Amino acid sequence: MKFNVLQHRLVPEHRLLADDEAERVLKALRITKDQLPKIKKADPVIQVLERVHGPIAEGRIIKVTRISETAGISEAYRLVIGR
Amino acid sequence: MMAARGVTKRIRAIRFALLSPDEIRRMSATKIITADTYDDDGFPIDMGLMDSHLGVIEPGLRCKTCGGKVDDCPGHFGHIDLAMPVIHVGYVKELKKLLQATCRRCGRLLLTKQQAEEFRDEMEQMEELGGEQDIQFVTKETAREATKRQRCPHCGEEQQKVTLDKPTTFRESGHKLTPKEVRERLERIPNEDLRVLGINPDVARPEWMILTALLVPPVTVRPSITLESGDRSEDDLTHKLVDVLRINQRLRENRDAGAPQLIVEDLWELLQYHVTTYFDNQTSGIPPARHRSGRPLKTLVQRLKGKEGRFRSNLSGKRVNFSARTVISPDPVLSINEVGVPVEAARELTVPIHVQSYNLDIVKEWVKRGTIPAAPVGEFYIPGVNYVIRSDGRRIRVTDKNAEAVAETVEIGYIVERQLVDGDIVLFNRQPSLHRMSMMAHEVRVMPHKTFRFNLAVCPPYNADFDGDEMNLHVLQSEEARAEARVLMRVQEHILSPRFGGPVIGGIHDHITGAFLLTYKDAKFTKEETAFILSKIGVRDLPGPAVKKGGQEYWTGKQLFSMILPKDLSLTFKSSIAPKGLTSLRELKDEDALVVIKNGDVSSGTIDENAVGAFKGKILDKIARDYGPDAAREFIDKATKLAIGAIMVRGFTTGIDDEDIPEEAKKQIAEVLRKAVADVEALVERYKRGELEQMPGRSLEETLEVEAMKTLGRARDQAGQIASKHLGMENSAVIMARSGARGSMLNLSQMAGSIGQQAVRGERLSRGYWNRTLPHFRKGDLGAEAKGFVRSSYKSGLYPTEYFFHAMGGREGLVDTAVRTSRSGYMQRRLINALEDLKVKEDGTVRNTGDTIIQFRFGEDGVDPSRSIQGKPVDVDDILQEVLGEEPSWQERLREQEMASYGLTEKDMNPEVSDEEVEVEEEEPGTEE
Ligand SMILES: [Mg+2]
Ligand SMILES: [Zn+2]
Ligand SMILES: [Zn+2]
Repeated sequence: MKFNVLQHRLVPEHRLLADDEAERVLKALRITKDQLPKIKKADPVIQVLERVHGPIAEGRIIKVTRISETAGISEAYRLVIGR
Repeated sequence: MMAARGVTKRIRAIRFALLSPDEIRRMSATKIITADTYDDDGFPIDMGLMDSHLGVIEPGLRCKTCGGKVDDCPGHFGHIDLAMPVIHVGYVKELKKLLQATCRRCGRLLLTKQQAEEFRDEMEQMEELGGEQDIQFVTKETAREATKRQRCPHCGEEQQKVTLDKPTTFRESGHKLTPKEVRERLERIPNEDLRVLGINPDVARPEWMILTALLVPPVTVRPSITLESGDRSEDDLTHKLVDVLRINQRLRENRDAGAPQLIVEDLWELLQYHVTTYFDNQTSGIPPARHRSGRPLKTLVQRLKGKEGRFRSNLSGKRVNFSARTVISPDPVLSINEVGVPVEAARELTVPIHVQSYNLDIVKEWVKRGTIPAAPVGEFYIPGVNYVIRSDGRRIRVTDKNAEAVAETVEIGYIVERQLVDGDIVLFNRQPSLHRMSMMAHEVRVMPHKTFRFNLAVCPPYNADFDGDEMNLHVLQSEEARAEARVLMRVQEHILSPRFGGPVIGGIHDHITGAFLLTYKDAKFTKEETAFILSKIGVRDLPGPAVKKGGQEYWTGKQLFSMILPKDLSLTFKSSIAPKGLTSLRELKDEDALVVIKNGDVSSGTIDENAVGAFKGKILDKIARDYGPDAAREFIDKATKLAIGAIMVRGFTTGIDDEDIPEEAKKQIAEVLRKAVADVEALVERYKRGELEQMPGRSLEETLEVEAMKTLGRARDQAGQIASKHLGMENSAVIMARSGARGSMLNLSQMAGSIGQQAVRGERLSRGYWNRTLPHFRKGDLGAEAKGFVRSSYKSGLYPTEYFFHAMGGREGLVDTAVRTSRSGYMQRRLINALEDLKVKEDGTVRNTGDTIIQFRFGEDGVDPSRSIQGKPVDVDDILQEVLGEEPSWQERLREQEMASYGLTEKDMNPEVSDEEVEVEEEEPGTEE
């Protein structure tokens, strides 16, 4: 049994977006991939997600859903990059 | 994409490259061979450091390269051919990486073909996804991987360990590598291997990091100055280049004459030293080169680095025109939006006025007046004109002599620089500029005397006082800037702080005392007094009296204050004078501490810090939020004037006799303190006998300390309570403390009762002599007096030992204020540098200049804190109340406020005072200015 960071109470929910979903997000934000904040492949969260989804390629997008003090729930997106 | 107006080219990227020796020689206007600069006639020597091919600095002479005169010739580079190669200090880190990552024999990268291929792929991928930073990660990793390999995968050569002996000596397994050897190795590295390491070989071959030719900057970069005595004084860079040339010459001679290896090596190292210090005279590991006077030379790096360097002092920050600086002083008659400007400053500072048909006549009139026009009767200042700028851009200085003549020439299309007049908008600033309210726009009021003046309510955002503070003023020079300043930067637009959503501008000190005197309990004023107070706010028609008693008419303070409230304002809150923890309605009413405002009428409660104070003023907050900045400005102006009127009528003073308490009380306090000291003595006794019960998680010693602190702390509080029993609401010092004007009850109890335990790092004093604090006590004495308990009060005066302890405690405060300010200043700088290019875009996202998203919604909720209600976009309760007209019970209302109140004080505004300190000694006067 490996430790799962996603179950820690301080780690927000991370979800891998399907390609069409990612496309929609980019369109809604009117940006290209490179304008997103990044997350490294080596990030413990990605490694946990890889246990579920299999290898996650660079260029995929992760949706992060946080409990926010100001907004209640806030959504953010991150681009997977190497290392 | 549409290019911005007036922008024809846009920088997309900057490429950094190295200068090759060939390039250096190609761009060089002349080779420099001699260290001499000028001949006996004072003319530059050919092929010397001041060669006229390098540009001209003396008027009259012509440049031999381009033929230009002083202002036309930009200067040209020269070069020195170095006899032996030397290492460029700026690149030692790169050099070390390269030497370690490549083969000592064949020069190939110490990675297998496959590994190199993988890294290359990774790099390409990075490039596609954007992110220069990430590419650097990869190249760093590549180098690290290559360094690990012991044997070359290409030629099989065993690798040795390359180390760097700072600053510029490379060693291989202890054996020294000469710059020449290093250069030879670098030359062998193939181009394709460099690319993987993040170096573009087309523009930057690594061997170029070893210098064989040294670029000599143009004379315009290092001009010599002629002193009054007629002697020439050369620039530091020239001095350094002279050193380089001399040693270079000697090295060449010795080498060519076949001098012993040792001598040549020594000279070579000396050349390396001079070239190194030429670049950076603060290189660690070598002594800085000095002037004859002993002053270290300012060489290339020193010109660029640090606060006084080119970047921070000439590029990020520049000196500006149309600005003024002088001492500040208060003027309660000015509106918060105004600033008083001395006549002398107003005559220097000008606003450019474009001459058009609508203003041609009046502008001509201005110009005719000259620079110091005489004011008509009844006025003391009218503006003049300093310069007239013609349509062709020529500037004409207006003087008393030419004023008439120049005025005649003025026509449409001219620009006339008019002196400041009342109502001009200017920026006003006090350093350190820590937040946006440190620079606000004010309207000018030209005034006699020599200081800048402004309303006291604006002190908190600038963190200003009048003990010698100076401030800066800037006159805006374009119509756009003036419009922006008026809309965005005016003081009234900054009453609510974006940091905590409450008012930062509001009553202080006397304003609060005055408001208290005006409104406390049933304060009332005679007709004359009322007329005097109301005249301050420009009221001409006296309202009807509220009270008639004994044939006299009286106006209540609450009635007068209600006059400046909006007619539909309703509010309930606790005054600052309300004792802590007191919640029963009866007690609040008794103290007149529950403010109830209904439809703009104060029916009960005292107006004090919680109503009109900066940071805490509830009325201020409500008006600014619900009625807008204009109403808020008017309210602050009037409330402060009313308060000052009241304090003038009543009179107010404080002195040390405010802390007088009866003999009986003094005896009680002495008894309480004596008992506390005895209690501590008993504690120590029990501790020594081992009878003290240990607290969980604490050692025996710690238990004793905690208990002693507790006992003595309680004693001080009791002393304070006894003292304050005799200090009632008629006492000026108490009025100030309770109403929030200045000082605290703790301050008072320390003056009247006892100062209490002194502490360093939160513990009783213990250091000084061996096992004791002072030689006045026995070694190992753990009693109250021996460890820093000050029984005396400020009023009674301290005993010598107490005085010393008090100084010890005070010193800590001073030291860490000094440490904290410097450290928080640096942190602030770093933070601002990191955040300065972020902005909120139209779509609500926060982005940097690269247009990448930093936050998907500003603050995650997209709410501007200065327009929010305690962080929320709307106050549902407030709206419900307004719409339904339902009045929540006063308790409900208070509870909400308690929960949501910002609880901020001036201390939070001033990051210098931490909470722990407040515990120990609230608000130490501190050193001023
Ligand atoms: Mg000051
Ligand atoms: Zn020239
Ligand atoms: Zn090799």
